[in-house]
Amino acid sequence: MKIYLLIAIGGLFGAISRFALSAFIQSKHNRRFPYATFIINLTGSFLLGFLFGRHNLRPEFFFLFGTGFMGAYTTFSTFEFESIELIRKEKLLLAISYLVFSVIIGVFLAYLGYLIGKGL
Amino acid sequence: MMNYLVVGLGGILGSISRYALSSFVSGLNKTAFPYGTLSVNLIGCFLLSFIAYGSILKWNLPKRYILAINTGFIGSFTTFSTFSLEALNLIIEGKLILAIAYVLVSVMAGLTLSWLGIYASTKIYQKARLRTGM
Repeated sequence: MKIYLLIAIGGLFGAISRFALSAFIQSKHNRRFPYATFIINLTGSFLLGFLFGRHNLRPEFFFLFGTGFMGAYTTFSTFEFESIELIRKEKLLLAISYLVFSVIIGVFLAYLGYLIGKGL
Repeated sequence: MMNYLVVGLGGILGSISRYALSSFVSGLNKTAFPYGTLSVNLIGCFLLSFIAYGSILKWNLPKRYILAINTGFIGSFTTFSTFSLEALNLIIEGKLILAIAYVLVSVMAGLTLSWLGIYASTKIYQKARLRTGM
């Protein structure tokens, strides 16, 4: 029960942060490339990797900030939806770059976060 | 202010549902492959695009409802950070093939389901539109 409460609190703030940050980035960069989701997913991957690297972290902390906050802050469905919209608009190169860069940089940043978290 | 509140509420429900469903699926299948996250991410891909197009084509829902359901609920139900971390974890454990398979299946099936959501919505609601002459 307590786990659900921690995830709910993290999810509340994670979703609001994603919404606020993505509105802010879109107001600055009104380009075809989905910068907002891109930046959100990459920063979230880094931070979750960092939490994962902290081995002595209390499980409660991981449920709140990891599963709850980072889980809700980053999003997979919007990422795929934006990609398919780019493909439908025949911006194939943009779609492929978005997909490939998100995944490769996402895993790389999770690793970097993991190393930094472990080293601290 | 109200927009933040509905996104937040969606976020609470989305995160809890993600945890409940992905733990349930992982419990069914005790392998290294992250079936739990894969299933929530794929379900979310279909729902998000189905609802995004349904709301444009037919439902005429107020923008705030779409914010609550798509940005709040489904946005938080699916997750990219856990996906990256699980792929990394498979690599760290030396299961490179499994990591590549996880990434490819997630991305390609996610695209297919997003497309299917759009297709289903268009198929259902465009017909309704034609019938009612809207």
